[in-house]
Parts: sequence; C-alpha cells; structure tokens
Amino acid sequence: MINPLRPIGSAFLSFLETTGRLVMFTVDGLSHCVRPPFYGRQLLRQIIEIGFLTLPVVGLTAIFAGMVLALQSYTGFARFSAEGAIASVVALSITRELGPVLAGLMIAGRIGAAMAAEIGTMRVTEQVDALTTLSTNPMKYLVAPRLIAGTLMLPFVVFIADVIGIFGGYLVAVYKLGFNPSNYLQNTWEILTTLDIVSGLVKASAFGFITTLMGCYHGYHSGGGAQGVGKATTNAVVSASILILCVNYILTLFFFTKDVAG
Amino acid sequence: MSQDNAAKINLSGVRKTFAGGKKVVLDHVDLEIGKGESVVIIGGSGTGKSVTIKCMLGLLKPDSGSITIDGKDVNNMFASEREDINQQVGMLFQAAALFDSLPIWENVAFGLIARNQCSRHDARDIAVEKLKLVGLSPDVLDLSPSELSSGMQKRVGLARAIASNPEIIFFDEPTTGLDPIMADVINNLIVHVNQTIGATAVTITHDMKSARKIGDRIAMLYDGRIIWAGPTDAIDHSDNEYVDQFIHGRTEGPIKMVARR
Repeated sequence: MINPLRPIGSAFLSFLETTGRLVMFTVDGLSHCVRPPFYGRQLLRQIIEIGFLTLPVVGLTAIFAGMVLALQSYTGFARFSAEGAIASVVALSITRELGPVLAGLMIAGRIGAAMAAEIGTMRVTEQVDALTTLSTNPMKYLVAPRLIAGTLMLPFVVFIADVIGIFGGYLVAVYKLGFNPSNYLQNTWEILTTLDIVSGLVKASAFGFITTLMGCYHGYHSGGGAQGVGKATTNAVVSASILILCVNYILTLFFFTKDVAG
Repeated sequence: MSQDNAAKINLSGVRKTFAGGKKVVLDHVDLEIGKGESVVIIGGSGTGKSVTIKCMLGLLKPDSGSITIDGKDVNNMFASEREDINQQVGMLFQAAALFDSLPIWENVAFGLIARNQCSRHDARDIAVEKLKLVGLSPDVLDLSPSELSSGMQKRVGLARAIASNPEIIFFDEPTTGLDPIMADVINNLIVHVNQTIGATAVTITHDMKSARKIGDRIAMLYDGRIIWAGPTDAIDHSDNEYVDQFIHGRTEGPIKMVARR
C-alpha cells in the first residue's frame, strides 16, 4: 500500500531542492555582476534589448491603460460629483501601480521568454559548454549582463511608460470628457510626490531583476530538445509573472507603511 | 605525430554515476595520453564516451578518481584555475556549437577576444588565417552560422578549436552526420591541424574509418571501462572479442543491443 504522505514529502523535498538551486543561482549570478572581467558588448546588447526595443510594446500598454483608467474613473466619480479627482487617480495609479506592474508583466512575456528560449537553446546545442571550453564563465557572459541590464533599464522604461500613461489619461480627459487641459496638468503635477515616482521606479527595478533572473534560471536549467526549451520558456514567464505580483504586494505594503508614517 | 613519454592527460579510476548513483556510466576508467599523441576513444552509443570527454573538459565532475593535465589534478581546482587550464584546450563539438548571435569571424576568435589576448582587429586577422587552414575563404567571415552547411559549420568549429594554438584538442564525434566525402575532408583536416600545431588530440567516435585515420592509439570503452587500448595498427589483432565485434560492426558477439520495452 502506498503511503499517502510519500507524495507530499516528495513534493516538499522537490520544492526545497528547487528553492536551494534558485538561491545558489541568484548568489552566483550577483557575484559575477561585481567581479571582472565584464563583457561590455553583451551588456550593451541587453540594454538595447530591454531598454529600447521594449519601448513600443510598453508604451502601447501604458497609453491604453491611462485612457481606460480615465474613462472608468469618470464613470465612478461622476456618481459622487468628484470628476475633478480623475487627474489625481490617473497619475497616482499609473506611477505607483499600473506603470511598473504592466511594464513588468509585458517585459516578463517579451524579455523573460526570449531569454529563456535563447539560453535554453544554447544549453541544448552545447553552446553553453562551448563557452566553458573557451575559458568563459557562462554565468558571467550570459547571466550577469542580463541581470544588470534588467535591473537598471526597467526603471527607465517604466518612467517613459508613466509619462505615456498619464498622457493617455490626459487625451481622454481633455478630448473625450471635456476637461480643461491646464487644470488637468496642474492637478496631475500637484498630486504627485517624489515618493510616488520613486516607489514605482523601485518596483520596476525589482521586477526587472525578477524577470531576467527567471529567464536566465529556466533557460540555464533547460531540459533536452525543443520540448525542454518550450517548457523553460513557459516556466520563465509564469514564474516571473507570479513573482512580480507577489513582490508588488510586498513593496506596496512597504511604501504604504512609509506613506502612513509620513 | 611527435610523442614523448610524459603523460599530458591521465585518468585514474574515474567513476561517474547519474540518477543518484543508480546509473553507472564510468566505472574506474584508467587512461594515459602522452604529449603530442592522438588517442581515439571508440565505443557504442551510450557507453560513456561523451561523459569521459566532458569529465576531462571539466564540464562534469567525476564522483571519484582523478584526472590530471600536465600533472595537475583538474577535478579539485578553483573555477579560475580551471579557466586557465582551458586556455590551452580546444574543443570541436559534435554539432559544432557555434554561437548563433555572432558572425563567423567572432565565433572563430571568441576565445582570443574574451581573454583579451588581442584587439578585435587582430582577432579578425587570426580568424582569416585559421579559416584558411581549414579550407574556408574570407567570404564567410561576416556570415552567421545558420547560413553555412553542416560541413562548413564543422570546419568553423575546427577553426575555433585551434584559434589559440591549444596544446590539447578534443574532438567529439567529428564526422557524425556528414557525407563520406565531407567526413574524409574533416578527418584530413584534423590530421593536418594536429601535425601543424603539434597538439595532443583526444577524439571520441564510433566511426572506425575516422578512428583509423586520426588516431595513433585507440582505446575502446565498454560498460563504463576501457576494455582495450593499443596502437591503431594493432586493433585488427586485438584478440578481444568485444573489439572484434565492434570494429567489424557485427550483430553476433558478446555486445548485445538491449531493446527497451
């Protein structure tokens, strides 16, 4: 007779093994970020990939999010004759929450998947082994530049997304709902504090790290063949998305405490 | 090929298992490879040839036993020390393993650029020279690996393996997947570059024509052990029924192909 505790124990051990492997991978990756040699060309390539080539998709996401937010806020606030708060709601929602989270999720889909697929393919075609034989540490050459680029460039991308998202809200408020343009911009400017912007950018940096870490980790440990690479890609996107949402709550709680204390 | 008595690579009692020790792939492998010697390890699929070469390269760590290169135990080194050892090593992978994201010349000169041994301009010149050595013209320099045939990719892989004039070159199934003529071209190239740069060569293959052409000495791996090793000329008179069956490709004999159910 099969012991019913056996599958539970097996799953728990598997969870511990995966967690341990991920922690060791993270520590190893971070240690290579600060130890020479540094591969400038690889870093530049990743900076362009994450900081520049993702701008169209993140920009589109942000502008539509801002536009929808303005419309939905109007629907709600009109019931309390509080339409004037729309500019504040759009600005705060975009900078503190929607900008970093939506950009993080979009980048998890675009960059996390691409990284897992690229490194996974390199793994199964022995290109990662080839790096080792050429006296090049794969963690230093493949992982460290991606971690650095993701952590540094996502705040930049999110800042642009914030501007575009607020502009989307402005377009709807002014041209669809008939708001006064200068009043709308003044309300936006007055409501935003440094903490609003900084909290969003800190979140962005954390999400950039999570996305690139998951992409690299799953790609690096990809199984054999096309199926293994496909599974690694899916796992990278799913795990990055879930972690982004979890970490978002933790960081929001942290900044909420600061707000209340302030 | 030139040889002297000093062992360049020495495997002693190397054991490697997988699946938590349940699957024994290498079981006390002993093999000595002299400086400047070309040794070919033959054996059927799944006998541990690739695992042996990966252990020598440091891609896998043996469970027990020792592997020395120039007398240094390479299993118990720091990663940085191993990287230094790898600077004198070249490797031709079975499917070439060229980097998709880089043009051909950067693939060939990758090790030189990564180790800052020369400027990118000089590295490109060295790539031209090494590609010429393997019979490729400078026309391919700026192409990507996917634009080349598998035979040409193998040549580029060979050019990359010899780019830094290594003291040891490993060849993993160098002729697998190639037509007979291209396979012979690659065999000739391997013999030529080994003679040109005087490197110690370790080849794993199950292609006997290739083994006879490349090797000074042949070792046969079966069931995780070296069951026979000797000069290439002596393999036809090995008096070993396993070796006889393998080199003649007979289905009758002590080596049984196990069908999985």
